[in-house]
Amino acid sequence: MKRRDFVQLTGLGLGGLLLPFPMMGNSVSPEALLEIPITIAQKKQLADVALNTAKSLGATYTDVRIGRYLNQFVSTREKRVQGIQSSESYGVGIRVIANGTWGFASTNQVTTEGVNKATTQAVAIARANSKFQKEPVILAPAPGYGEVVWNTPIQKNSFEVPVSEKVDLLLNANSEAMKNGANFVSSNLFQVNEQKYFASSDGSYIDQDIHRIWPTFTVSAIDRASGQFKTRDALSAPMGMGYDYMIPKKEDKLQTPFGMTLYGNSYDIVEDAIAAAKQAKEKLTAKSVEPGKYDMVLEPNHLGLTIHESVGHPLELDRILGYEANYAGTSFATLDKLKSGTFNYGSKVVNIFADKTQPCSLGAVGYDDEGVKCKRWDLIKDGIFVNVEAIRDQVHMIGQKESHGCCYSQSWEDVQFQRMPNVSLAPGKESYSLAQMIKDVEKGIYIAGRGSYSIDQQRYNFQFGGNVFYEIKNGEVIGMLNDVAYQSNTQEFWNSCVKICDEKDYRLFGSFFDGKGQPSQVSAVSHGSSTSRFNGVNVINTARTI
Amino acid sequence: MALLTKEEVQALLKKVLSYSKADECEVNLNGTDSANIRYARNSVSTSAKVSQTQLAVSSAFGKKLGIATINEFDDASLEKVVRRSEELAQLAPENPEHVSFLGPQKYDEAITYVPETANITPRLRSDLVAESLKVARDGKAVAAGFLEDNNGYSAMMNSKGLFAYNTSTNTNFSITVRTEDGRGSGYATRGYNDVRKLDTKRATQIATEKALKSADAKAIEPGKYTVILEPAAVAVLLENVFFRLDARQADEGRSFLSKAGGGSRLGEKLVDERVNIYSDPLNPELPTSTWSGDGRPQEKVSWIEKGVIKNLSYSRYWAEKKGVKAVPGPDAAIMEGGTKSLEELIAGTKKGVLVTRLWYIRDVDPQSLLLTGLTRDGTFYIENGKIQYPIKNFRFNESPIIMLNNLEELGKVERTVSVESNQNYLLPPLKVRDFTFSSLSDAV
Repeated sequence: MKRRDFVQLTGLGLGGLLLPFPMMGNSVSPEALLEIPITIAQKKQLADVALNTAKSLGATYTDVRIGRYLNQFVSTREKRVQGIQSSESYGVGIRVIANGTWGFASTNQVTTEGVNKATTQAVAIARANSKFQKEPVILAPAPGYGEVVWNTPIQKNSFEVPVSEKVDLLLNANSEAMKNGANFVSSNLFQVNEQKYFASSDGSYIDQDIHRIWPTFTVSAIDRASGQFKTRDALSAPMGMGYDYMIPKKEDKLQTPFGMTLYGNSYDIVEDAIAAAKQAKEKLTAKSVEPGKYDMVLEPNHLGLTIHESVGHPLELDRILGYEANYAGTSFATLDKLKSGTFNYGSKVVNIFADKTQPCSLGAVGYDDEGVKCKRWDLIKDGIFVNVEAIRDQVHMIGQKESHGCCYSQSWEDVQFQRMPNVSLAPGKESYSLAQMIKDVEKGIYIAGRGSYSIDQQRYNFQFGGNVFYEIKNGEVIGMLNDVAYQSNTQEFWNSCVKICDEKDYRLFGSFFDGKGQPSQVSAVSHGSSTSRFNGVNVINTARTI
Repeated sequence: MALLTKEEVQALLKKVLSYSKADECEVNLNGTDSANIRYARNSVSTSAKVSQTQLAVSSAFGKKLGIATINEFDDASLEKVVRRSEELAQLAPENPEHVSFLGPQKYDEAITYVPETANITPRLRSDLVAESLKVARDGKAVAAGFLEDNNGYSAMMNSKGLFAYNTSTNTNFSITVRTEDGRGSGYATRGYNDVRKLDTKRATQIATEKALKSADAKAIEPGKYTVILEPAAVAVLLENVFFRLDARQADEGRSFLSKAGGGSRLGEKLVDERVNIYSDPLNPELPTSTWSGDGRPQEKVSWIEKGVIKNLSYSRYWAEKKGVKAVPGPDAAIMEGGTKSLEELIAGTKKGVLVTRLWYIRDVDPQSLLLTGLTRDGTFYIENGKIQYPIKNFRFNESPIIMLNNLEELGKVERTVSVESNQNYLLPPLKVRDFTFSSLSDAV
């Protein structure tokens, strides 16, 4: 889904909507999502058609992606269902190198004839584009893995759960929020299943079944007399999981010393909706923040977005090289800083790694969309910038021989390109809890959940809001705050990181709709961290009167 | 599938409706041929041509609605999609807010289609890009750009006799030019229904000029400044007003248009009296469809007149509940301007900042519509009516409502494109006092 579609989905778009929300394929019945239209053996046969045709036409490399992308979206508001959408997008994308140039074509005709036609088209496009090519594509080698399978290790397939059960759960959460003081509540459940088959002329035939889920809501509280309104969003995270995420487990709940409940690898939407209603109401009378310098205590479901924007994006090699200059931008993290081996991205306690294998994460797959086996690698080690995020056709530009395995396409019909892997902050090595961290802070602010976010096109200057804010004074949380946003500079911010809680506090934040490229493509990515402390960060007050 | 004529569409949609067994049935059909070329580092990186057609069938039984879509058009597929939408409707819970489909409507003839754009050849597309690349290379600068064009139709028909059909073409172009050493960056964007108006060479010259002139930027203190915002910068701020004209949100108390004590600020003066914002589907410079996605006619609507909130948009349900006309939200927006060119606005400025473009705009507080974001690709200090030197980029925190109260002057209106939403608008450059820059950015 493009950002502008998402903007419309959230009710902010211009113009009349054709549909209650954008289709990400053709709508089908929920039962149809469970049908299997094609076997692995049939996919291999079709893939071989493309590989052989491309080779006979002179392609020096070919990959084929047969994809069935399933989405289900349930949307409710207060007591009623706004929409239920089940959709399927099914087709084949074929990418070739001919005359040293990429060519790509796709078709929804998943037949020998359709595949043959698209392959021929991809080769023709490659040849036509080769006149613009300055240097031939150089692909880092990737071993052929033969016939392999990888599945998201889910316990309960979301698509097997009756829609009525999902509707009941959301309506129950809404009802509890209303009972606890909410004036309005809307809740949504997104579920994704990518059934992807990849084959390449390197000798890989990879079948993957990938699941993702995202329950979320917004609770509003209104003071009609003053005309003030405040919202509190869900403290859930989108996850690379099945419906198991929706079944609350005691061991996944974390209690803060000041009475908030936070969630790990399972979520209690009803409990969180009740808390949200109470907090939204409390926000209406909470103290407005005094601007100035504070020590920030940032919770994983908040810090994830800061990691995403200030580390995940600037370390994308295609951005660093200038391929995204006209849209997403370039990067302050230049190759000379990488090569120096001494660039202090952060303080010594900061260890940030990329990991496409992290369980329950949105980016977890066995192999990326160009057949590279996924792995974990360091980006920032003991505060030093040590590596970037790269794929097969660019990694040679930094003198490395192996792709990092972070190539992705949002569907069979779009060409794959470099996307951000899961980028996470390693937990502190010593035993250290949130309670201890708060005790150590004299003048600080605790932030949970995501809020407003903005960063410049080279990823220096950023500003983040949050979902809930608490004031910390002399080692204690003394009350809720409003109107908080912090501004910093990436290098300065990560160098102000003085403490990170241990692995018991480690959780994943996620983004379902990270946009990049022209035309824009989305991808889903997680960021893990433990609650972390950043000293002396500049906080502004965002209240205005109009 | 090839793009269909009005008669072909009519025949197809009649056939779809003939399969319906629901109380009411409505069919929407959209088809687009689009093509794009993307380039970076002075070389083409990707190009694509995409054809898409989608048919959506909405079937209603009482207040139960089911929607199904398909992109295959043989008789069996068409009947299948109707049956599927009926099955989904039977399964759906009752929606108390469902409103019966509209009957026949009268629409003005749209002027959104330009044959020259529909017939763009691959040769013309690559020439437009080659001209742009040449300017950047000649200027010893590095270009990254994106050119896309669309040719499409949309249509709808329902069992109550409504039929609507429209064709449209569009082309959008954006270009970022950076100096080879990465110390300067410039930008330009253009959008037209008629490709003959698109001058990629001139746009790239402007971006290159800005790139070369913006190197060696000086840092000046953040604070409140008089700014001249070029139309591309105005677009990304004001569209946050255009997007939020919904009456229901305001009536429910959760919009910047909600009033203390309840109700909305409809009819109140909210901004400077020189502010006039309207939408007009028949404006020759920015034509849009003459009907909205649910079949309501799109007419000329004044949203803000002499600074007063004149109209809000209504869903048909909310309008029925409130007993008012169901005015659909606009497909584009136009702000009236003045007669001065950008150069004349600069010439009349004692001290100020010229802003080419704003970037990464996000809500900070929906209550006051406070937005944050940064300047980008050409920020200059003005003194005594002249651009003096390039300055480092700023982060701003500002509400477009406060900004429209601090209006100094409006320049000549031009068509521009929002880099955030890709929407096109007709907007003037604005000169505004006390615009809040809250910190500096090292980004180029």
